[in-house]
Amino acid sequence: MTGAPVSTVPLSAALALGDDALVLSHRLGEWAGHAPVLEEEVALANIALDLLGQARTLLSLAGDEDELAYLREERAFRNVQLVEQPNGDFAHTIARQLYFATYQELLYGQLAAGDGPFAPLAAKAVKEVSYHRDHAEHWTLRLGDGTEESHRRMRAGLDDLWRFTGELFEPVDGLDVDWTALRDGWLTLVTKTVDQATLALPTGPQLGAWTAGAGRQGIHTEPFGRMIAEMQHLHRSHPGATW
Amino acid sequence: MTTTAPEAGAYEAVFDATVAADERIEPRDWMPDAYRATLVRQIAQHAHSEIIGMQPEANWITRAPSLRRKAILMAKVQDEAGHGLYLYSAAETLGTGRDELLDKLHAGRQRYSSIFNYPTLTWADVGAIGWLVDGAAITNQVPLCRCSYGPYARAMVRICKEESFHQRQGYELLLALSRGTEAQHAMAQDAVDRWWWPSLMMFGPPDDESAHSAQSMAWKIKRHSNDELRQRFVDICVPQAESLGLALPDPDLRWNEERGHHDFGAIDWDEFHEVLRGNGPCNDQRINQRRQAHEEGAWVREAAAAYAGKHSEAHREAQA
Repeated sequence: MTGAPVSTVPLSAALALGDDALVLSHRLGEWAGHAPVLEEEVALANIALDLLGQARTLLSLAGDEDELAYLREERAFRNVQLVEQPNGDFAHTIARQLYFATYQELLYGQLAAGDGPFAPLAAKAVKEVSYHRDHAEHWTLRLGDGTEESHRRMRAGLDDLWRFTGELFEPVDGLDVDWTALRDGWLTLVTKTVDQATLALPTGPQLGAWTAGAGRQGIHTEPFGRMIAEMQHLHRSHPGATW
Repeated sequence: MTTTAPEAGAYEAVFDATVAADERIEPRDWMPDAYRATLVRQIAQHAHSEIIGMQPEANWITRAPSLRRKAILMAKVQDEAGHGLYLYSAAETLGTGRDELLDKLHAGRQRYSSIFNYPTLTWADVGAIGWLVDGAAITNQVPLCRCSYGPYARAMVRICKEESFHQRQGYELLLALSRGTEAQHAMAQDAVDRWWWPSLMMFGPPDDESAHSAQSMAWKIKRHSNDELRQRFVDICVPQAESLGLALPDPDLRWNEERGHHDFGAIDWDEFHEVLRGNGPCNDQRINQRRQAHEEGAWVREAAAAYAGKHSEAHREAQA
């Protein structure tokens, strides 16, 4: 960027939060027509729509929402790697939701309580993500404390995604957030739900040695490239067209 | 029912009088077995159409070309799941649960609308489905808001409101394409060319070949004949196609001053019957995806049931 900033909104932060919401919304949209029960078709679409709404607001703070979503290369996306992970089975999706919605609720809660540029958006979004967390918690309980099979699958979901959770607490430039408090609050809430679900918190590392903060730097996992190839293909096939 | 013959006759007289007076039959009212069976068949077919109908549109959610279009499409597919929920609930008021109906769908013993056995090949198909398929569905469904069975009629009031929004978004999507680049315009025209005739088939076979129509009309489940509704739909679409700047693929389509309606070309009923028999482009694909989602979701539903069982037991023990 050259010259004076066009707004008081820190662009890197708008992109980080906007990309998280955009990418997770896309992954949840992949469930349409495949959910295990009709009520979950409605619920997952509802969460995806909330996130897409947040993404559109945030990306519009950083530029043109469609240019940002459809014309950036993989390395320019700033989302955490957790949200780009493939859906897996329903338990994996719920584990991803539990980890991310808990983080997002605490993050937006802090932003809403402050007087920074994201406070108005966060105040609206925190109500939505509090429902997302409630949804994830209820399913974690049902699956963890349901049948042997569901317990095994829920544990596998929590275990597999655990190593992507450390990145959530890497400070993001431009966000006035107490990251230590965020991490502590997150750990308390997730531990409580997991315990109640008769499961145990995974024991491995929350970060790989070289992946600390990687998503925020534009380093993603292999499935992400394929995801955005599908997402961007039609838009890129018609340069300059309006839809 | 274990009523004796004279009592059954009296119940039937009340039922007939209620229908004749254009009042609603409610779940706890006596009704003829055949009326109940007809409604279950029709409501189930409608519910199945909503959930199978999610597939051709969901096919484009991950490729929607703008975030605004993506949000609209996701909301639309979500509405369809919601319609499925109301309709399965309406069927449940007649004593048939969702699980039983889904089993029949998966076993191929109940139908869904044949239109969903056609593929969505381009983005413009999302618009054509909204404009033509949802448009035809509304034409069929608005009269159902006055259907003699109360729960179905009330479900249809809400569904028709949402369908009308779906139809408008489809029209608006096609308008943007039609007025867009040459490639976009061609994409829109191609979609209309492929969806026009199957949409006309959605009204069912011609009146003289329609198996269930006469009795349904007498019971006021159905209010207008297939051909009447088809004509109404054609008359609505012609001026809309002109505003869209898109052609309808029928050289015989023209205004008939004498009839006060548009004449249109002959429908290929062989194609209709072939698709109905299972030989459409996507019959197997649609039902296989539905079965697969259901089978892969079995462990989730079992877990939810087991959890609810454990916790209601724990609750009862705590109360004891």
